Amino acid sequence: MDTTTSPVMTGAAAPSMVRRNGETIGFVIMVAALIVAPFFVYPLFLMQAMCFALFACAFNLLIGYGGLLSFGHALYFGWASYLAAHAAKVWGLTPELAILTGTATAAVFGLAAGSLAIRRQGIYFAMITLALAQMMYFVALRMKFTGGEDGIQAVPRGHLFGVIDLTNDMTMYVVVLVIFLAGFMLIYRIIHSPFGEVLKAIRENEPRAVSLGYKTERYKLIAFMLSATLAGVAGSTKAITMQIASLTDVNWPMSGEVVLMTLVGGLGTIFGPVVGAFVILFMQFKLSVVGEWVLVIQGVIFVTCVLLFRRGIVGEIAALFKR
Amino acid sequence: MKKTVGLAALAAVLLCGSAYAQQTSVKIGVLTDMSSLYADDTGIGSVIAAKLAAEDFMKAHPNYKVEVLSADHQNKPDVGTNIANQWIDRDGVDMIADVPNSGVALAINEVTRAKNKVFIASGPASSDLTGPKCSPNTVHYTYDTWMLANGTGKAIVKTGGDTWFFLTSDYAFGHALERDTAAVVEKAGGKVLGKVRHPLNTSDFSSFLLQAQASKAKVIGLANAGGDTINAIKQGAEFGIVAGGQKFAGLLIFAPDVQALGLKTAQGLTFTETWYWDLNDGTRAWTKRWDKERNSPGKLPSMNMAGVYSGTLEYLNAVAKVGGSKDGKKVVDEMKKMTAEDPVYGKTTIRADGRALHPAYLFEVKKPEESKYPGDLYKLKATIPPDEAFRPLKDGKCPLVSG
Repeated sequence: MDTTTSPVMTGAAAPSMVRRNGETIGFVIMVAALIVAPFFVYPLFLMQAMCFALFACAFNLLIGYGGLLSFGHALYFGWASYLAAHAAKVWGLTPELAILTGTATAAVFGLAAGSLAIRRQGIYFAMITLALAQMMYFVALRMKFTGGEDGIQAVPRGHLFGVIDLTNDMTMYVVVLVIFLAGFMLIYRIIHSPFGEVLKAIRENEPRAVSLGYKTERYKLIAFMLSATLAGVAGSTKAITMQIASLTDVNWPMSGEVVLMTLVGGLGTIFGPVVGAFVILFMQFKLSVVGEWVLVIQGVIFVTCVLLFRRGIVGEIAALFKR
Repeated sequence: MKKTVGLAALAAVLLCGSAYAQQTSVKIGVLTDMSSLYADDTGIGSVIAAKLAAEDFMKAHPNYKVEVLSADHQNKPDVGTNIANQWIDRDGVDMIADVPNSGVALAINEVTRAKNKVFIASGPASSDLTGPKCSPNTVHYTYDTWMLANGTGKAIVKTGGDTWFFLTSDYAFGHALERDTAAVVEKAGGKVLGKVRHPLNTSDFSSFLLQAQASKAKVIGLANAGGDTINAIKQGAEFGIVAGGQKFAGLLIFAPDVQALGLKTAQGLTFTETWYWDLNDGTRAWTKRWDKERNSPGKLPSMNMAGVYSGTLEYLNAVAKVGGSKDGKKVVDEMKKMTAEDPVYGKTTIRADGRALHPAYLFEVKKPEESKYPGDLYKLKATIPPDEAFRPLKDGKCPLVSG
């Protein structure tokens, strides 16, 4: 936690300027890499990875900056993807409206689940979010429109704003890139706003924040909802890009996977979740050729990460520069 | 500099040389489950089956070069979609085979449809693949849910099991299996005495099994899959269900599952399959070849693996007839015209909706004392002819079938 100790304590002095410079450089590198990448790496894979990266960033907003470990983020991600897929396929909405539908669904679920969960802390908070997510998983399993264990297939990508044809992978790539960067910058903005500072203060010492006159419950609820909504953006975008919505995305291993992505990348760092998402997805994708060894290799990599880079990949790099 | 030019020239000559050999290349991707619940029924065994088919085909057609790729979809539809798309776009894969897990298979069904390649589905169970979601690029081999329900239900009533109790997994797949089987049982003159629904992935079946036992039904239908079926059978053995004269009817179970359960636990279990390694000389000879490649003593091939072999072989033969593998729809149309005959699946025809038709068999698991040699698992109880084994064409609601 030391790398990200909040500026509330230190003031917005010189170290913060250094970090901001570092973040600008990191951002430029990331954007440049994502623009060049589709010419070298399979674009569909990159799009999927960006959706997961946004999902992990949204999750990181809650745990890394609010100190709230939600173990049910698949709920918002998965249900948003179902609603977006359904809106595009059955209601015939254009992709941007379908994504909005999914996002709105996630926001509503986030508000409902959040207002229940934030009343408790620590493990109880995690358990409540997990319980709610599993409840909604079974609803998804049983409802007709989700197709149960078969999921929704052949979701049309459609025409953006009714004009731009998204069937071409490169056009779709640009759209996903824009959505990802917009989401990323929004999260960055939230973290560095006064609201974000209060959030960090709550993470460090909640009773103290209360004693300073902040209504912490309200801050936590808003943070929860924002995180759920952004997870919804990621889920809906993924449904449109991959043209499917399935049970995998609402089930609890997905909630665990996003925790892993954030941990591997670096908890509470702005780029950590992005790096983590790319690493984990790259492993899933590349290791699919080695067959039954996939789980063993994944396990070894996780153990190595936890033992050697406690702060996550990005966290360790940041610490290296500080020295 | 001179050296580079020389090398480039050499490379160019080599390239021309290989072009002269006039080998048509076909790429097959086996997309399967290597690490999870279907890995024993498909997985590496399916990859071997595809390689055997490629080998046999290349022997008969030396001007073709068949390459087999494989990958693990990890039971995640988007991992599967991603691999399939990349295979087709980047690696030039012409046909995708196997794909256990209906959720993944239905996604691949759409990928191959959109990109005009071929999908030989021998792993998935969903009868939607030849029903409402049928595609001109898909051929469904081996089995489907309709055939399992129908074959097992009808045949067991015929052999005297006329009162049923269902143990159903509480979600869409289980419900569908129960509904279809119950309908068949009643139509054949049997009676359903009761049913109980258990949550997905249950580890404790005791209360459900006691209800089944108390119902006094002759047959307990297991409308569930995978671990649930295995747990129900294991715990049933402890409750002495089979010893008490009742019988389990498995609605979705494969030879490797039976082998894993062991004869002592699984004895008396009745179910339908379309293939068994010890069926005839052809299947025995093929199993020997498979076993040599698998190189893991004691493992038996499942019907899905045999389906991968037959499906791949028939696909390749159709490619040879059409003269190329690039237009997937054309190859599938050719497959529908052919009547295939191979030592593994025997005579197979493919219907307009993409359903492969072959006989189905009702098997009962032997008692330990009846088993003569390793792998001797089943007694053949009945043979169901192809036209009765699968859903009638007109009931499938497949848009490809007019009228």
